[in-house]
Amino acid sequence: MEPDASLAVQMRGIVKEFGTFRALDHVDLAVKRGSIHAVLGENGAGKSTLMNVLYGLYRAEAGEILLNGERVEITCPTDAIAHGIGMVHQHFMLVDNFTVTENIVLGDEVCGAAGVLDMKRAREAVARIIETYGLEVDPDAKIEEISVGQQQRVEILKALYRGADILILDEPTAVLTPQEIERLVRIMRELASAGKTVIITHKLKEIKASSDACTIIRRGVQVGTVDVSRASEEELAELMVGHHVNLVVEKAPAAPGETVLSIRDLVVEDERGVEAVRGLSLSVRAGEIVGLAGIDGNGQCELVEAITCLSRAKAGTIAVHGEEIQNTSVRNVHAHKVATIHEDRQRRRLVLLFTVAENAILERYRDPAFGRRGILDRAAMSSFAEGLIEAYDIRPADNADKPARALSGGNQQKVIIAREVSGEPDVLIAVQPTRGLDVGAIEYVHRALVAERDRGTAILLISTRARRGHERIRHHRRHLQRQDHRHVQAGRGRREPPWPPHGGR
Amino acid sequence: MTRQTQGAAAAQAGMVQRILHRPITATLIAIALGFGVAAALLAAAGYDPGASFAALFEGVFSKPKYVSNTIIKAAPIILTGISVAFAFKTGLFNIGAEGQYIAGAVCAVLVGAKLDLPMPLQIPLVVIAGVAGGALIGAITGALKARFGIHEVITSIMLNWTMLYLNNFVVQSAAYHRPTSTSSIPVNASSFTTILPAWKTSDAGLETLRQVPWLYDFLVKTDVNIAFLVAVLVAVGAWFVLFRSKLGYELRAVGFSRDAAEFAGMPVGRNTLIAMAIAGAIPGLAGALMVTGVEPHSISTLAGFENYGFNGFSVALIAGSSPIGCIFAGLLFGGMIYGGQSVQMAVGAPTDIINIMIGTIVFFVALARVVPLVADLLERRAQKRGARHA
Repeated sequence: MEPDASLAVQMRGIVKEFGTFRALDHVDLAVKRGSIHAVLGENGAGKSTLMNVLYGLYRAEAGEILLNGERVEITCPTDAIAHGIGMVHQHFMLVDNFTVTENIVLGDEVCGAAGVLDMKRAREAVARIIETYGLEVDPDAKIEEISVGQQQRVEILKALYRGADILILDEPTAVLTPQEIERLVRIMRELASAGKTVIITHKLKEIKASSDACTIIRRGVQVGTVDVSRASEEELAELMVGHHVNLVVEKAPAAPGETVLSIRDLVVEDERGVEAVRGLSLSVRAGEIVGLAGIDGNGQCELVEAITCLSRAKAGTIAVHGEEIQNTSVRNVHAHKVATIHEDRQRRRLVLLFTVAENAILERYRDPAFGRRGILDRAAMSSFAEGLIEAYDIRPADNADKPARALSGGNQQKVIIAREVSGEPDVLIAVQPTRGLDVGAIEYVHRALVAERDRGTAILLISTRARRGHERIRHHRRHLQRQDHRHVQAGRGRREPPWPPHGGR
Repeated sequence: MTRQTQGAAAAQAGMVQRILHRPITATLIAIALGFGVAAALLAAAGYDPGASFAALFEGVFSKPKYVSNTIIKAAPIILTGISVAFAFKTGLFNIGAEGQYIAGAVCAVLVGAKLDLPMPLQIPLVVIAGVAGGALIGAITGALKARFGIHEVITSIMLNWTMLYLNNFVVQSAAYHRPTSTSSIPVNASSFTTILPAWKTSDAGLETLRQVPWLYDFLVKTDVNIAFLVAVLVAVGAWFVLFRSKLGYELRAVGFSRDAAEFAGMPVGRNTLIAMAIAGAIPGLAGALMVTGVEPHSISTLAGFENYGFNGFSVALIAGSSPIGCIFAGLLFGGMIYGGQSVQMAVGAPTDIINIMIGTIVFFVALARVVPLVADLLERRAQKRGARHA
């Protein structure tokens, strides 16, 4: 790759090592000025690392960076900002009780004589940028009052305010609702047409809509750069994962048996005492997956809490194999072989500071197999965990003694699935089991669910945010749901909240 | 630079970083910095730092009696340190060790001064009374948190004062007040946990011990008692419960992630109560052992706190919340408190210098997160140098 002034960014032969682990192995990246360029890769493939090298947060062991054909030395974010590079991190860095304007000028304040803050001029400057790129945020609103999508726009504004010509967005869509993603895509197009260069890291979704070109990284190695308009989603996924990916889950027709889980006329109140689930009835037979769809906040959460006995059912029954389990105890639910894969895995299903081995027995530590007379059998724990790690391909392979926090999201979910499935449950409640995961991991989760179905488990698959034809519901209908799934509306009869939640366009 | 020397330099740098990343290194550096700041202050105030530190070390090590006294001083703060560390590992902040210590001492006096059974029965009963007193105070804190969500810091600070006034009430009460003093009546001699209390002062004992001067010094001239040995056992026990038992597994799970523990079917409220009760029992034990093991074997009217519990906080912090580490941190602390007295006698420097040293050490331990950062900085520097050479 020769220096080329028409390319806003050229990264050549970038190598980054963390100890003995090579996160980036001679990766090249070339981004045309005024384009939207995606960097695609699985979790842990190295895309964020590459972006952090460009932004000066990491220093590469080898390789060089050229901006507009000229070699530059970027050793810290201040250098990057001076070269017109701005970055929006996955986790926003905003002061909650400051206004939008205050956040934007923070660290680069407009000062009058004697260093007095001139917020009026600052506000004007901010308003001008908002106007220019159609970013639509109230400059006087406090961060805690605005939506996540708007907070992201504030982060973009922060970069633009500091004169960024090259904007790095790290996983910008991960935190957004589908409407907000559409907005973001439009904003990126706006920025590109104004001559700004946008680099985004991605997990496949929305890439077709948003990007012009796409560089794919797999386990630290650059696999190739493709023109997005000429590649299909499947091809991109295949490049990313390294083998053929089934976006459609292959499965035999279901062979449902007798009813295992049956819910009758269930009423559950939420924390405020409002009925969130009103007279819900459904049944799931052995060896079938029943999908339950609805927008977030329509009672799914309360339903799961009631099934797992974390909250009380006000009326109605929940039965497993005909035995009523409602309003008993969490342990009784476990005793009836009900397992749960939860969307909020970090809060509800893992103790992040515990090791993987400790997490692997979170519901079974009382089992004499893991120690008698109240004493833990560390050897039994380790060998059990190592068995799961091998059987479920949890990476890295030597993680039994590492805290769960050190694993990527996909591997954390694998730990949970491995634990829940290894108990051979009769009922499996899966709440948004693929949320936040990349394609490879999603495929894995789908396969695991189908395998469980084929083993004869009754599976209740609950998804949220699925109205308005968003891909999630289509997804399930298309891939998991054909003849063997019946839809049940959760929170029947409840008035739905206004949509979109933040006023939208 | 040749390739080989460069490689050797890199290996050396790697070793330095590995050492810097170990938690114990940060603690040792903090202790060194504490001494450094104290030296600067001593010098600024016109005292010879070298002579002062020499006095400090002599005050701890120069006579068996001093070593003995240091260990006696260290024992209770090792125990309160373990209590704070244990609570911390289960996600709780036990600022109530002070009150739990007083509760243990009061309960030991309540039982030990009135009951006079044979030693093998009396000692366990008196000590268990102290343990139960501390555990009860801890359990109240835990129950209030589990049942009503009241933060343990608030309730335990209030209970600290409650215990202080309970202590004073017992001292002044007709049944326990010792006339013309500010103390309670002592516990009966059958409850003494001093090592060989009767024998060492008997003629036969004195005769035998005179043969071995250091042992004479060690035993006869001080109230050497079983508290330190008990503290070591409790440290090992606390470690075992936390990391090798199913109870500890549950307690830590609840401490680290209440939500996940709840979802896994663990009784969150009950575990909070158990964790606080255990954390309270340990200072209670310390209180009981101090009453039974050290003259005057009684409690006295308190105007303010004796800081056993609060010093336990510093001990736990220096130990990085490791129960075993509390033994060493407690010894360090005990040595500085006891040896510090000789600094004043030897060079005339105020004992406050010792408090400043302890404060500085705690301060730098709290800053210990900086040390791995320094290691990273060195790594980056080395890389930069490597890149320039390449």
